[in-house]
Amino acid sequence: MSALALRDVRKVYPSGDTEIVALDHAELTVDDTELVALIGPSGSGKSTLLSIAGGLLTPSEGSVTVAGEDITAYSPKRLASFRRDHVGFVFQSLNLVPFLTAFENLTVVPELTGRRGAATRKRADDLLEELGLAARRNVRSTDLSGGERQRVAIGRALMNEPCLVLFDEPTSALDTERGEQVMGLIRREMTERGLAGVVVTHDRRMTGFCDRTVEITDGHLAA
Amino acid sequence: MSVATRELRRRPGRFAFVGIALALLSTLLLLLGGLLDGLVLGSTGAFRAQDAPVFVYSADAQDSFLRSRITPAERDQIAAAPGVTGTAGLGLTLDAGRLEGTTGTDNLLDLAVMGYEQGTNVLPAPPGPGEAYADAALQDDGVTEGSTILVGLGEIPVRVVGFVDDTSYLLQPALWVDLDTWRQVQTASRPDAAVADGVVQVVLVDGTGTPESLVTAVDDATGGATSSLTRDEAIFSLPGTAEQNATFTALIGTTIFVVGLITSLFFILLTVERRSLYAAMKALGVGTGALVRWSMLQALLVAGTAFVLGGLVTLGLAQALAGQIPLLLEPTRAVVTFVLLLATAAIGSLIPLRRIIRIDPASAIS
Ligand SMILES: Nc1ncnc2c1ncn2[C@@H]1O[C@H](COP(=O)(O)OP(=O)(O)OP(=O)(O)O)[C@@H](O)[C@H]1O
Ligand SMILES: [Mg+2]
Repeated sequence: MSALALRDVRKVYPSGDTEIVALDHAELTVDDTELVALIGPSGSGKSTLLSIAGGLLTPSEGSVTVAGEDITAYSPKRLASFRRDHVGFVFQSLNLVPFLTAFENLTVVPELTGRRGAATRKRADDLLEELGLAARRNVRSTDLSGGERQRVAIGRALMNEPCLVLFDEPTSALDTERGEQVMGLIRREMTERGLAGVVVTHDRRMTGFCDRTVEITDGHLAA
Repeated sequence: MSVATRELRRRPGRFAFVGIALALLSTLLLLLGGLLDGLVLGSTGAFRAQDAPVFVYSADAQDSFLRSRITPAERDQIAAAPGVTGTAGLGLTLDAGRLEGTTGTDNLLDLAVMGYEQGTNVLPAPPGPGEAYADAALQDDGVTEGSTILVGLGEIPVRVVGFVDDTSYLLQPALWVDLDTWRQVQTASRPDAAVADGVVQVVLVDGTGTPESLVTAVDDATGGATSSLTRDEAIFSLPGTAEQNATFTALIGTTIFVVGLITSLFFILLTVERRSLYAAMKALGVGTGALVRWSMLQALLVAGTAFVLGGLVTLGLAQALAGQIPLLLEPTRAVVTFVLLLATAAIGSLIPLRRIIRIDPASAIS
């Protein structure tokens, strides 16, 4: 079973009288433990593809299957609970809750979606430990270093034991050395857990950390 | 502890402005409500002390107690009206008096000398001639049980034999006397408006059926010589009461509107500021409901705290101004203000709802 399967996906955005084709005939399969780099110039459709893969957008045509579940026709509400249960996201700007500690940033989504409890707290502590953040558990995210914040964001993405983790330009704000550290961390965490993921990047040097690179230009994918 | 309470605790500064504003507005609401209660209750106590469902005035009095006169013949007609089971006379002289032994205008007491002939829940049966039950407010002026007050131009001595609560008329504390003593006072102080024996100003009617049916029965029985009001109408028709109510209600309404304006503005700004955070939360599967509850809980907690602060300020002011303004802090008023404040703050926090709904979870990925 593949973690992600996009079949003949097309996405058009209306733009005044015309429409913009952001994705066309997109075919992509990500295997269960595969980490795929998605690289392409600005405006090529990377974010659109990542959003469709993560159930944030529905395609105009084609089908999307995540972890064996065909989510193509899901309502926004159903997509939200699908994302909550099965998808991990690491955003470009991280979007941690600034006044919460590292630990609380891991538990905030379960809390807001009615899943607080001992199991949640245990998982958060385990993840902090594994990410080398145990000592920083009760530090507010505004007081963490950039690298630590990145690790908290990864921890948050792993809280729901996702089948698929999506990284939106995780290294764009970092210099090469830091970027490589972060990619190394992502590679390690994903391999250890046997997780599937897609990493969107501008930077060709980061593709070396992935199993496979997919290029996208003007909405067209090429391996 | 939730995200909402953690944010309040860890970033109190960002809620300080709205908190202080709501505390000040709470103070204003409590003061306005307290003044309204003080004015209205202080004006209507003598009427509210009556149990009778219907107050009968003479038709030419235009619902004015002071102008009204009911003759013994009219009273007989009232008593004979269908459904009427009992009548009792009431007379009033707005006057001044002084404690025996004092001199000078500074020691004059404003008084509402009330002649009555029927005890109520609040009033004991009328005292003997030359005796009075005094409104407890007169205790502030040194009146005690056994004091003698010289009433009006006739300096008619009246001995206080007990106290009653909350019975003033147009902010003048009442002195409850029997009808004959009242007639003496009226005749001595207002010779132009002297009342003959047996004449009263208002007749209180007890009876069977609804107050409205009694009103009609009484006015029919007197052939239009009387104009009756239900107890509530009589209280409301007291001079100034309706106007005070309308004015203060408008002021309170405006203040509540400002509360709503300030909270909604605050939460709109907060929503704008949290836009990308909300988008990320939605992308992670958090529903709009949870985000709205986050804001609403904060609105309720801020408003609740502000109310407590405003309440303390109001209590302080009430202490400082005791006796200088007719401020009356009633528990019911406080509860109503509290509920109104919280409800308005909650609604204010809902104003950015559409904005929150419209935040696209896909915008978390650029
Ligand atoms: N919500 C939208 N409405 C209209 N057009 C859109 C929308 N989102 C994206 N587009 C257009 O679709 C195309 C693909 O956009 P997308 O954001 O997927 O590209 P990208 O590869 O992520 O670019 P970047 O590297 O700049 O983030 C672009 O031409 C963009 O202008
Ligand atoms: Mg993009």
